[in-house]
Parts: sequence; C-alpha cells; structure tokens
Amino acid sequence: MKALHNLIEKKVKPHFEQDGKLSKFYRTFEAFETFLFVKGDVTTRGSHIRDAIDMKRTMFHVIIALIPTLLFGMWNVGYQHFQAIGVDADIFEAFWFGLLRVLPLIIVSYASGLAIEFVFATIRNHEVNEGFLVSGLLIPLIIPVTTPLWMVAVATVFAVIIGKEVFGGTGMNILNPALLARAFLFFAYPAHMSGDDVWIYTTLQEGQQLVDGFSGATPLAVLATGEVQSLPSVFEMFIGTIPGSIGETSTLAVLLGAFVLIATGVGSLRIMLSVVAGGLFMGLLFNLFAVNEFMEIPVYYHFILGGFAFGTVYMATDPVSASQTGTGKYIYGFLIGVITLLIRVVNPAFPEGMMLAILFMNVFAPLIDHYVVRANIKRRLKRVTPVEAEPQS
Amino acid sequence: MSDKDNNKKEALFSPRNQKLLTNPLGKDNPINVQVLGICSVLAITVQLRTSIVMAISVVAVMGLANVIISLLRKTIPPRIRIIVQLTVIASLVILVDQVLKAFVYDVSRQLSVFVGLIITNCIIMGRLEAFALQNKPWPSFLDGIGNAAGYGWVLLAVGFARELLGSGTLMGYNVIPGFLYEMGYEDNGFMILPPMALITVGVIIWIQRHKDRDLVDIS
Repeated sequence: MKALHNLIEKKVKPHFEQDGKLSKFYRTFEAFETFLFVKGDVTTRGSHIRDAIDMKRTMFHVIIALIPTLLFGMWNVGYQHFQAIGVDADIFEAFWFGLLRVLPLIIVSYASGLAIEFVFATIRNHEVNEGFLVSGLLIPLIIPVTTPLWMVAVATVFAVIIGKEVFGGTGMNILNPALLARAFLFFAYPAHMSGDDVWIYTTLQEGQQLVDGFSGATPLAVLATGEVQSLPSVFEMFIGTIPGSIGETSTLAVLLGAFVLIATGVGSLRIMLSVVAGGLFMGLLFNLFAVNEFMEIPVYYHFILGGFAFGTVYMATDPVSASQTGTGKYIYGFLIGVITLLIRVVNPAFPEGMMLAILFMNVFAPLIDHYVVRANIKRRLKRVTPVEAEPQS
Repeated sequence: MSDKDNNKKEALFSPRNQKLLTNPLGKDNPINVQVLGICSVLAITVQLRTSIVMAISVVAVMGLANVIISLLRKTIPPRIRIIVQLTVIASLVILVDQVLKAFVYDVSRQLSVFVGLIITNCIIMGRLEAFALQNKPWPSFLDGIGNAAGYGWVLLAVGFARELLGSGTLMGYNVIPGFLYEMGYEDNGFMILPPMALITVGVIIWIQRHKDRDLVDIS
C-alpha cells in the first residue's frame, strides 16, 4: 500500500498538477486518487475534526447494502428464465446466466453516467462527485432485465444531465437521479418497461420453448386484472422468486440491506418506518372500503409486492432528495406510502406506484421542510416571554 | 421636438430600429429570457409543421396588432385600452384562423383551439402594452415582428427536436434511416409528452445563458 502511495505521489501526480502536461485532467486523476487514499488536506484555520468517512465512503456503505439484492436479482433472472423454458437448472447455472445478463446493464450504466460526471467535473473544475456510484448501481436494479443497453445509456445520460448537473451536481438535485432514469425509460419506451413480456429473459435458443401456461406477468399485473387466486404464495413473494425488475423482487434481500443501512446510520430509519406506516394506513383504508378484490388483499401483500420494499429502503431515503428535517421526514415518508398504494390500487394505467410516489414527494420535500422550519420558529417565538416596553419618557 | 421632426431624421433601419428587430431574437427573447408564452410552446410543438404554422400566425397577428394599436394610441382612452387591445387581437386571430382553415385545413385542425388561444398569448398583450402604446407605427411593427420571430424560432427549435426524436419524422417525412430501426432504435415516446417540451426549452435557455453571461442573474 505504501509503495503504491509513493508511486502515485512521486511518479503520477506531477503530470496532473498545475504545470504538468495532463493538468486538464487533474479532476479525473483526483477522483481515482481519492478512491484509493483519503486526501492529505489539512484545515488551516481554527480547529476542525475531519472524519475519514467522506462522501465516497458513505456511498460505499449503500453499495454494500445493495449487494444482497444484486446477487439475488442475478440469480432470480436465471431462475425465472429456466422456469420459463421448463429446464431444471442448479443454483450456479441460474446465477451464471443472470450474471451474464445483468453485468452488461451495470457496465453501461456506470460507463455512461461516469463519463458525463467526468466531463462536467473537468469543464467546471470541481471534484468528481461520488453520488453516481450509487445511482449507477441502482439504475440496473430497478429496470427489467430485457431493457436494451442503448436505452439504459440514454436514460442514464438524461438523468445525470437533466436530473443533476443542470442543478449544479451532486447534492443540488431535486429528484432522485436513478428514479429519474427509470421514469424516463417508463415514459419514453413504455413497451420495454411495462406489460407481461419484459420481466423475464425469454430470448430462446434453438430447441427451447416456453412452457405451457407461461404468462410472465408480475404479481402486481396479476392483481390489476383482479385474479387474486393466481398470485404466487406469500413465501415466494417474500423470498422474491417472482418476475419483476432485477433488484426489487426479494423483500428478504432488501431487509438485509436495510439492516446494513440502519446499522451504519447511512439510511434514515424514520423515512423507512413512515413509508411503511403510510402504506399500512392506506392499505387498511382500502380494506375498510373495499369494492374490488385488489382492495381486499391483506395489507402486508403490498409490502412484499413490486418495488415497495426496494423503494422504501434505497430510494426514499436518498439523503439529497428527501426531506431534511426530522418532522419533515415523517410527513415525506408517510405520504410516499399513501400515494404508492393509491396509484397501485386506484389507477389502472400504472400497475406500480412507488416510482411516481417517490418522485412526487421529492418535489414536495423542500416545501415540507420550509413549513416544518416555519412552524418551529413560530413555536419557539411563543416561548419567549414578552418584555414590557419601557414607558417612554 | 415633435413627432414629425423625429420621423424625418430617423432612417427606416436605423441602429435603434434594428435593435428592435434583433434584440428579441437573442438577449431579450420573450420565451428564453422573459419566460412568456410557454403554454403554446408546450401544446403545439409535437410536430414541426404545426410549429411553423403557429409561428407564422403569431408573426402576422403580432406585427399587425402592434401597428393598429400604435396608430390608435392617441385615441384610445387609457381606462379601456385593454379591451381595445383584446378586440384588435381577437379580430386578427379570427382572420388568421379563417385563412388557416381555407388553405391548410389539416394543420388548422391539429392546432384546434390553440389558434384561438393566440389571443391570450401573453407576449402579444405585453408588447402592445409596453411598446405599441408609446411608439410610432413603424418601430411598433418592427418590435412586433421581432418578438414574434423570437417566439417563432424557439417554437421551431423545440418542434424540430420533438418531432425528430419523438416520431422520427420531420414535416411528416421519415428521416431516421430504416436500418437504425432494424438495429433496435426506437422513437422516444417521452418527447411527445408536454414535459419534454418544457425540458427542451430549458436546455435552450441553458445553452443561451452559457453563451451570454449577461443573462445569468447572480442573486
């Protein structure tokens, strides 16, 4: 490690400094350097305590938390594929198959997104922002496995430029960039983002055919048609052996990730709990006034179906686009839960509501914060004991 | 100095008059800088054809309305000036609408209510109030044409981008080569929806401000 550090400091770095021949690409160099070593900057005035956990390392915690869903998602891609063609495959075969399908999506997402980040950092001469480390992995996890690669690239570029760089880069964005990429795909290429044909990889080789009765519909699509009896079992939906976007199907894997996020303090427990509370509230309300079978399903179904769990843990808790104030987080999360179920159950045009609900509340988060802060100021002003004005002489 | 003296001295295309024509195209653009008339930009830019027809209609209405109001400016009582302006614009819009129906019926049907809604286009009222009421007919005419052209080019740019990316056509003709579709290219359905018009306008504003730093307000 020491030798590597010396090599970088002595041999590589001078090329990128002020009058080196590669000084234009200093930011690119810096990004890779801080990837390996924490910067040696020392604050010059006053006393400051610097934590080794900078943004790059915070983001890494989220990446670690995403690993369970990623691994399970890869296996599930293979599993669903072999189920669809009626082949018995062992766990490694399924995983390998999924790996080969998912890896290109991840590479394309990272390559296109980071390319934009580096270009902007070089033009604007600021540090390369680490925010994309997480977005770049989230994007492939929330899309169907059959999404064409060029669409992933276009959506990622759109999300990074319009969702983030326009507002000034990481930390300034109003919307969650990964969800924006998904929303872009959803509205731009609806045929690849919804329906029954996209969730399972069914490009067949010679001699293969789909099994009889194969539908490929996600449980939410099944519910939207009102055929509650043909749902997968609760156990299957919890473990995640159901069709869906790559990373979203397994509630179990998401719970593992949630544990990591909460234990390291990176993800906000308040938001997660209040999203679930909001979902619970709306679900019970639907149960109470049920007029169709979708409204009658037990509330906990909603948590293990579709992207609810994934969105709650990884997307709603995005520290940039969520509410910042404590009370604000409760309101923000609760409304996400309510709106998600509202869209799912009441609006037949959108089978899943998590994406739109989070994006919607992202937009409202600053407003919520504003009023929470206002209310706080008002409350504290009331506590002030009014002083009698001195009589003017 | 009376009006007449002024008239004789100033050439038809004096620098001041040229500015009236060119300013609205760039740093005083009604859409990019003043952010007026956005509603019609969202509504009718799905295709380039409708954008062109709309742009021409607005140029006609705005140029003529400015001239008419400018001619009447000394006789209009200030208290009812808005009503007079509206009447003038409405009459002109009806004329334009009839012409469109007579010569380009299909486009007129696509534009539907939005031709009528030119009446409510804030740019037109704004220029009548801000310029035509205080200035002579010729500068007013230039101002009207200039602002309408400033509105028009943004309309064309947005219409161009939206039709090209959203439908793969321009003026209704296929321009994206077939082999791209065979390779898996698909038209972007999002471009047809109004939000993308807003984002396209936003990108135009972004580029313009990047080039012209005077427009960036640091507050």
